[in-house]
Amino acid sequence: MIEMCELTKRYGDKPAVDSLSCTVRPGRVTGFLGPNGAGKSTTMRLILGLDRPDGGRVLVDGKPYDRLPAPLTRIGALLEASAAQGGRSARDHLLWLARSNRIPDRRVDEVLREVGLQDVARKRSAGFSLGMGQRLGIAAALLGDPSVVMFDEPVNGLDPEGILWIRTLMKGLAAEGRTVFVSSHLMSEMALTADHLVVIGRGRLLADVPMEEFIDRNARSFVRIRTPRPESLLDALAVEGLTAVSAPDGTWEVEGADPARIAALAAERGVVLDELSPQRASLEEAFMQMTADEVEYRGAPRAQPRETTPETATTATTATEATR
Amino acid sequence: MSTTVMTGVGRAAPGGELGVAGQLSAAVNAEWTKIRTVRGPRWNLLAGLVATVALGALLSYFMGRNYSPPAGAPFEPVRTAFGGLVLGQLAMVVLGVMLIGGEYTSGMIRLSLAAVPNRGVFYLAKATVLGAVTLAVGLVTAFTAFFVGQALLDGHGVSLGDPGVLRAVLVGALYPTLISLFALGVATMLRRQTLALGILIPFFFLVSTILQAIPGVTRATQFLPDQAGQRALQIHHQTKDAFGPLTGLLITVLWVAASLLGGWLVLRRRDA
Repeated sequence: MIEMCELTKRYGDKPAVDSLSCTVRPGRVTGFLGPNGAGKSTTMRLILGLDRPDGGRVLVDGKPYDRLPAPLTRIGALLEASAAQGGRSARDHLLWLARSNRIPDRRVDEVLREVGLQDVARKRSAGFSLGMGQRLGIAAALLGDPSVVMFDEPVNGLDPEGILWIRTLMKGLAAEGRTVFVSSHLMSEMALTADHLVVIGRGRLLADVPMEEFIDRNARSFVRIRTPRPESLLDALAVEGLTAVSAPDGTWEVEGADPARIAALAAERGVVLDELSPQRASLEEAFMQMTADEVEYRGAPRAQPRETTPETATTATTATEATR
Repeated sequence: MSTTVMTGVGRAAPGGELGVAGQLSAAVNAEWTKIRTVRGPRWNLLAGLVATVALGALLSYFMGRNYSPPAGAPFEPVRTAFGGLVLGQLAMVVLGVMLIGGEYTSGMIRLSLAAVPNRGVFYLAKATVLGAVTLAVGLVTAFTAFFVGQALLDGHGVSLGDPGVLRAVLVGALYPTLISLFALGVATMLRRQTLALGILIPFFFLVSTILQAIPGVTRATQFLPDQAGQRALQIHHQTKDAFGPLTGLLITVLWVAASLLGGWLVLRRRDA
């Protein structure tokens, strides 16, 4: 368990983390989201006692980090910018870490096998690919068999197989009752892995909710309609108290409607539907919606067609189907 | 591949009950593992040994063949044999800087401080391992340089039993340790390997020597860390000397203490 209470960190006048209070609980994967510069990495450094907070405190398993006598046996972390020294072999790298916390040497070989680096254990890590380096970092995090694991952008540089592996690993760790706290900017990946979300923007807590609730609360769900005769259908919708909004690509979007009901209305009026598809915003869209005002670095806007990810691959509901 | 070999939550941690002494011994073990699992330190130590002995031998050989001590001053056979320290100390500077600077360069410092959150313990462990390793190699270097040098001085040499000689040789063994610890402190203060090397190497190799040659400041340069320490390699009191050998050694020790303290103040407060 990680408990943050009014945690604050400033760089100069600029707050990087601003009165952040939340509890990361065991037994589930907690995703840590926020735009670039929101303070995710700073928060993780504060948890590990690498940075000193300007206010508030953070406890790991009920204690400040520097009061943990053998911290690696309590919390294992993979940080973005903490690499191994390239001249040392993977095994030796884990060996010094193990000895610093009196972890038996045999754990080194166990975690090397677990992350799949046993064959390159005695190779110098300078020759490692980004993905192998990431696996070495994860091995270091697991070394002390900790009850809390914290990963900063763990899928960076991993190939699809590696991404699947780490997803399975994190879910497995949570299922064993461990606390799993993971930051990522890959929403699609987070949507598949996390059970719970902590979202921050400009260092402040924006949400601390279960994944489902987050999407429901922040995502806009609507039904997309494409028809050669919109007027007739719009009337019918209006009667039902539904408003269709025209989208730039010639389709119509109806919020808060049941697709089956729209299909029935179209059938009554004999309107041909070229498309009728329920659209549910992805985690990505929900996230963008929520953090729209909190983005620290923003690219200049470009004229682009609006894009929404449909729940399934765009199900072009054909006219025959809809009017049947 | 995803077979989990972790043994369950809440298991009594092996290091669960470490006091500060236990933390320190674990940290020293970790630093010792670090220093011997990369090639750099080994080559540094070897380079220091070879440079010190070889250059000292060369100086002793030529001095022995063309014996001409400076007029009006007693000849310093031990200091002559240790003439190679001017070069050998640079290897110690590099070693001390790399030991901590390399961690900042790679970002491994974050991992080190996450593993050993008590920064005093971390720093002490690093200094202890650096000190022990350089002292061990320093002893070998010093006695080798001494015996080789005296043999090549061709009758103008001294023996270990002569007054002040053993002391001078032991200082020669301790000197590399002091220089490496001084460099460790400076690099910890600056937290940048290149910057630390860029300041220390010219300082020890050039600035100190150049200042020494400027008439007005010669006396003051005797208080610089390298000059003061090397004063303790002499067995005679020279007229230009501002202080005796033990005072010289003490001055260098104070420099080292100040440097290590400065490093500690930075390490203690700064974010990693």
